[in-house]
Amino acid sequence: MSIKEIQAEIVDEFSLFDDWMQRYEYMIALGKSLPLIEEQYKIDRNLIKGCQSKVWVHAEMKDGKVVFTADSDAIITKGIIAILLRTLSNQSPKDVLEADMHYIDEIGLKEHLSPTRANGLVSMIKQLKLYALAFETQKNNMP
Amino acid sequence: MKPLEKENIFDIQKIRSDFPILKRKVNGYPLVYLDNAASSQKPQVVIDAIVDYYSNYNANIHRGVHALSQEATDAYERSRNKIQKHLNAAKPYEIIFTSGTTHSINLVANGFTTLLKTGDEIIVSALEHHSNIVPWQMLCERTGAVLKVIPMNETGELVLEAYEKMLSDKTKLVFCNHISNALGTINPINQIIQKAHEAGAAVLIDGAQACAHLKPDVQVLDVDFYVASAHKMCGPTGVGLLYGKEKWLRKLPPYQGGGEMIAEVTFEKTTYADLPHKFEAGTPNICGDIVFGTAIDYLNQIGFDKIAAYENSLLETATRKLLEIEGLRIYGTSKQKTSVISFNLEGIHPYDVGTILDQLGIAVRTGHHCTQPIMDYYKIPGTVRASFSFYNTFEEIDRLVEAVKKAKQMLQ
Repeated sequence: MSIKEIQAEIVDEFSLFDDWMQRYEYMIALGKSLPLIEEQYKIDRNLIKGCQSKVWVHAEMKDGKVVFTADSDAIITKGIIAILLRTLSNQSPKDVLEADMHYIDEIGLKEHLSPTRANGLVSMIKQLKLYALAFETQKNNMP
Repeated sequence: MKPLEKENIFDIQKIRSDFPILKRKVNGYPLVYLDNAASSQKPQVVIDAIVDYYSNYNANIHRGVHALSQEATDAYERSRNKIQKHLNAAKPYEIIFTSGTTHSINLVANGFTTLLKTGDEIIVSALEHHSNIVPWQMLCERTGAVLKVIPMNETGELVLEAYEKMLSDKTKLVFCNHISNALGTINPINQIIQKAHEAGAAVLIDGAQACAHLKPDVQVLDVDFYVASAHKMCGPTGVGLLYGKEKWLRKLPPYQGGGEMIAEVTFEKTTYADLPHKFEAGTPNICGDIVFGTAIDYLNQIGFDKIAAYENSLLETATRKLLEIEGLRIYGTSKQKTSVISFNLEGIHPYDVGTILDQLGIAVRTGHHCTQPIMDYYKIPGTVRASFSFYNTFEEIDRLVEAVKKAKQMLQ
């Protein structure tokens, strides 16, 4: 599925909820279901700065797609990561780079998008895109 | 005194009506503001005083010969006198207006650069805010002085025996907060100051947290420097005070050069103005400094005895009710505490709890509260901190307790 299609799917899912509590309960459930990052990648070098909770992200290329794994010590943050990775993991670096992330707004998590917010969703998106940029650059530089 | 009587210390509804922001709703719920240790809300008299200044007598001070400048200067100096009286300082010029506690600390730390030498020792407490650690580390780097730390114990109190052993004739300065911002512990500053003086060291007390809850008497304390911020005392942001004993303020060199702080300027030499202007370079936050005085008047009208009694009652009730929640741990359990409760739910990140509380209209602080050494001591990433003010209510404590229960249920 393309990033746009996945985003539409997520927006659909979130539209079923009437209030914030259901949205958060769903996010917490998503957080709990997030496949764990391998221990060897939970290192300071993979920490994203600007988050009040710790967030580790690892990226690698598999069959031309960027595969992200991530973890956090806070469960709501993990839920947000799960939503991001569902959208951006297993996509081509170019698509990740060009992805419009405004669907976060539509699923009622607008407050998390503020660049000054301590949870650092903006920092996470930036870091995921930076990984994609690195892979894209690498690919273009290959003979 | 039974809690019921304490609730009647003053008319809480009347007090709440002084604060327009308390009528706000957040995320659909009436706001419960429990982040008072970070910044207090402002009563209407303070807001009105700001408007009054800009509407009626805005002008630069200490220079103009015209009426507005004279009125503004008078109001500015009246505010200094109010602060002097409030802290019982001996002289009005022992009060320096600054941009806040951090500025006050940096002013003193910078001044000591010329007074310290390699091998001198500086003592700070383990309970300090980063703003009372970093400037001293920088001072040590500049001078070759050595920084020593008074350790804390499990209850969040300083270990005074260790402190006494640290003191020697090498000790030149001791820094400690009056009340810990992260844990609420009221430190035994009387003893800390007395012991430091016996060793011949000067003492700076960071009163940023204390001044909202109590009225320090700098002469009784015999403290050398005392610093605080207006915004935690119902006053405006960007305003603070430095109290310094006259002999110290005369000894310290100016912090910043500029207008207002000079006596005479030629290109060969400048002579500095007398106290307090020597430390107030440039145009100050005139409005904020004036309104700081209004905020102090407001607090004194309510009375610090009443404020303390009521807030203690809030603290006791909130502590008891929160501890009924299974798996909730409070950090900072000293008997000497102000109305700050730092806590965590077992196995749950404080950030998650804070996020759910925010959704329920409750403002708390989460994180390390700029006190990473304390968090390292307890081996935690941070805490949820609920800090109460005299305008909070017992009903709001119930809202907090219910919200924490809800967060626990959702996050477990």
